[in-house]
Amino acid sequence: MPETREHGHPNVGTYLRVAAILVILTVLEVGVFYVPAFHVVLVPTLLALSAVKFALVVLFYMHLKMDSRFFSFLFGGPFLLAVVVLVALLFLFFGQFTLRGAG
Amino acid sequence: MVTSMGLDSRKMAFWAFIGSECLLFGSLISTYLIYKGKSVVGPYPHDILNIPFTSVSTFDLLMSSLMMVLALAAVQRGDLKWAKIWLFATACLGILFLGGQVYEFSSFVREGLTLQTNLFGCTFYVLTGTHGAHVTVGVLWLLTLWVRALQGKLGPAQALTVEISGLYWHFVDVVWIVIFTLVYLIQ
Amino acid sequence: MTGSRGLRSWLTTTDHKRIGLLYFYTAFAFFLVGGLEALLIRAQLAQPNGHVVSAETYNQLFTMHGTTMIFLALMPLSAAFFNYIVPLQIGARDVAFPRLNAFSYWVFLFGGLLLNASWFAGPLFHAGRLNVAPDAGWFGYANLTERQYSPGPNVDFWLLGLQILGVSSLAAGFNFIVTILNLRAPGMKMMRLPPFTWMTLVTQFLVITAFPVITVALVFLMFDRFFGAHFYLPQAGATPLLWQHLFWLFGHPEVYILILPAMGIVSEVLPTFSRKPLFGYTVVVYSGVLIGFMGWGVWSHHMFSVGLGPIADSVFSATTMLIAVPTGVKIFNWIATLWGGTIRGTTALHFAVGFIAMFIIGGLSGVTHASPPADLQQTDTYYVVAHIHYVLFGGTIFGLFAGMYYWWPKMTGRLLSEALGKVHFWLTFIGMNLAFFPMHLIGLLGMPRRIYTYAPDLGVSSLNLVSTIGAFLIGVATLVFVVNLWRTRSRGAPAPNDPWGGATLEWAIPSPPPVYNFSVIPTVSSRLPRWKTEHHDPMPDPPAAPPAPVHVPGGSWWPPAAALGLPVLALAPLTHHVWLAFLGVAITIYGIYRWAFEPLEA
Repeated sequence: MPETREHGHPNVGTYLRVAAILVILTVLEVGVFYVPAFHVVLVPTLLALSAVKFALVVLFYMHLKMDSRFFSFLFGGPFLLAVVVLVALLFLFFGQFTLRGAG
Repeated sequence: MVTSMGLDSRKMAFWAFIGSECLLFGSLISTYLIYKGKSVVGPYPHDILNIPFTSVSTFDLLMSSLMMVLALAAVQRGDLKWAKIWLFATACLGILFLGGQVYEFSSFVREGLTLQTNLFGCTFYVLTGTHGAHVTVGVLWLLTLWVRALQGKLGPAQALTVEISGLYWHFVDVVWIVIFTLVYLIQ
Repeated sequence: MTGSRGLRSWLTTTDHKRIGLLYFYTAFAFFLVGGLEALLIRAQLAQPNGHVVSAETYNQLFTMHGTTMIFLALMPLSAAFFNYIVPLQIGARDVAFPRLNAFSYWVFLFGGLLLNASWFAGPLFHAGRLNVAPDAGWFGYANLTERQYSPGPNVDFWLLGLQILGVSSLAAGFNFIVTILNLRAPGMKMMRLPPFTWMTLVTQFLVITAFPVITVALVFLMFDRFFGAHFYLPQAGATPLLWQHLFWLFGHPEVYILILPAMGIVSEVLPTFSRKPLFGYTVVVYSGVLIGFMGWGVWSHHMFSVGLGPIADSVFSATTMLIAVPTGVKIFNWIATLWGGTIRGTTALHFAVGFIAMFIIGGLSGVTHASPPADLQQTDTYYVVAHIHYVLFGGTIFGLFAGMYYWWPKMTGRLLSEALGKVHFWLTFIGMNLAFFPMHLIGLLGMPRRIYTYAPDLGVSSLNLVSTIGAFLIGVATLVFVVNLWRTRSRGAPAPNDPWGGATLEWAIPSPPPVYNFSVIPTVSSRLPRWKTEHHDPMPDPPAAPPAPVHVPGGSWWPPAAALGLPVLALAPLTHHVWLAFLGVAITIYGIYRWAFEPLEA
């Protein structure tokens, strides 16, 4: 018997609403890219917007929100590891110039 | 089948696979970011990346994810007619995306960006090429399911297979969301 | 043993027990190959200015020795036990995906054959010599591995072989994670799992997260070598350091992949032959999990000499020292298991206790590496070779031998000779210490790694000779073991279900088990089901025959068929024939389709 946190699947309405939000977020992303006024906050805004899109697809389209918590662990663990490794590598390659000191 | 965690083994295996793929794409993306701005010669990203075109590609993949969940919903309720339509639509959008990639790659080559040109060329083509290869596998998978549907062999009993192909497809979409942001939008 | 006989039944098998045996024999054969390579290395180094092999051949020998031992011997020998023993320990009839399991084995075999074909492939590449085996070290540092500095096919064999082997390991990783989590018998809660199964689970998580990283590193190398990319070339603005980071991001978890299964075996053998439960089971399990996590945080300790900077050096030094803690905890728990127990000195126990002693030594040299200033003296010298071999030979191989003596009766129905076993143990123990202890001194006296000869005035000649003698002693010891294996086929004492008085489920069924493993799947209510403890009586073993016929899936040709596509694909870049790539992909895809649509049996 499959274990779900709530029974049933999201209905078509939910899928369409998510799709609409994804489109809007993409438009916003492209907007931030093109509107010079936003360039000051370009990076954090884009990262935030894309993170929301990522989460929406994973939670609703991939059904992770409704499915067993264990699947979240199976995906989330390695995902978190990948992010931490990425950040560590960025520090290792670029921190060299700021953290390394005079040597 | 009764299992110790009450979860389907195939679904569990597939989520483990997706976790593993996070490390694969994570390494590719890390390399792209590490080498960003380090190319000794051009063309550079701002010279060549076409945001309007890629936005359309992104929109294409997002819509394909919608088609995919609609396809799954159709299979789950035993609606063979709409299952066929949505599966085929998803595959078509995938093929369209791939067509866009081919067009993009060939226009970049014409503008002087090849794998051998500079670091941007290496990292860009290998990262997006790996993603494209994943999309290709996904398209083949979807078309196979579509043929099964045409043969009338894709009922609610096969919903899990469709769900798993959906997990793959959405993951490929999600990777693109990351690539679109980190490669195209943040230059 | 499993009913059907003949070559076809072995080629198409999906039975985890048969696959386990296939892994064992194949891996052991590669172990002998790797050992031969070691003996040639030691023969060359027995004296200064040796002439046993040329410099080029020497480079191939140490590269292949490392690559073979790690990927073709140690990992698959562990896999032999994952395959055979884990389903038995959890009370299952097979793994979650039996055909995928077979696929993993065949891919491993083909990858190993491709890699070793390089020893003879020279003429095909007009190399002017017979052997074109990989020669850039088992960790293939860029940019020595770039086409400019390694123009021949050697490094191509290496990167293609490793890519193929990676597929095998990844597939098995997914398979065993699902098996251990999802196919446990009723009552077999996670904290009732035998420690070997727990360590296997942690190992598989390391595999599925670490192997993708080396896959990417190798893809970059492949693109550099075949398609003119510049991932590791400084003249294009790139850095060889990228290779090192990617490689060791894989490479460090890899060493835990190599040691955790052996630790699991030791955690089984010690309790059985002390007639005492594993001391601090919960702590041992959590330590294993912690080692898995922390193993991801230490990789740059392999790079202390590249100029990471004081902050990076300090961080990785700290994390490396920290990881010694859970390891040390396990050692104390093992010793406490033996303490006050009723000890039976079987060969398996000798190897398990030997593991503890040798791993302590290897761990101590490892801790000295954790200090960057100290490591700057040790790195790239024989001191590191000493460390590696104390942990991998004294650790992993001793653990694997303990597993062999322990589980051989279960797998074959015959007991290995304990007399020969003791001879094997003592010769190995003396041999390994003679071979590897001097290397600590040799390294500190200044002999670098990976050099084909050394000058007499370095002052390491007699130490090298002692080391060589030790290596040959290991060779003799291994021969004793081979004799033992051979003799038991016909003259070994038949093994009962439970020759040792084991506590775990594999001892509840015949040796070797029937094809369906358990006539009735047991219901488990404790961590030590077959022992009488103060909390419970021993569970009754399953009946000799199943109450109703048990359906066991037949074999399939499609796993080996799909696997075959991979070496064919790999031949394309090697031979510069693009059509081979299409053929290889076509074979694999065809195999997968037939596999996916193989009709379910009635």
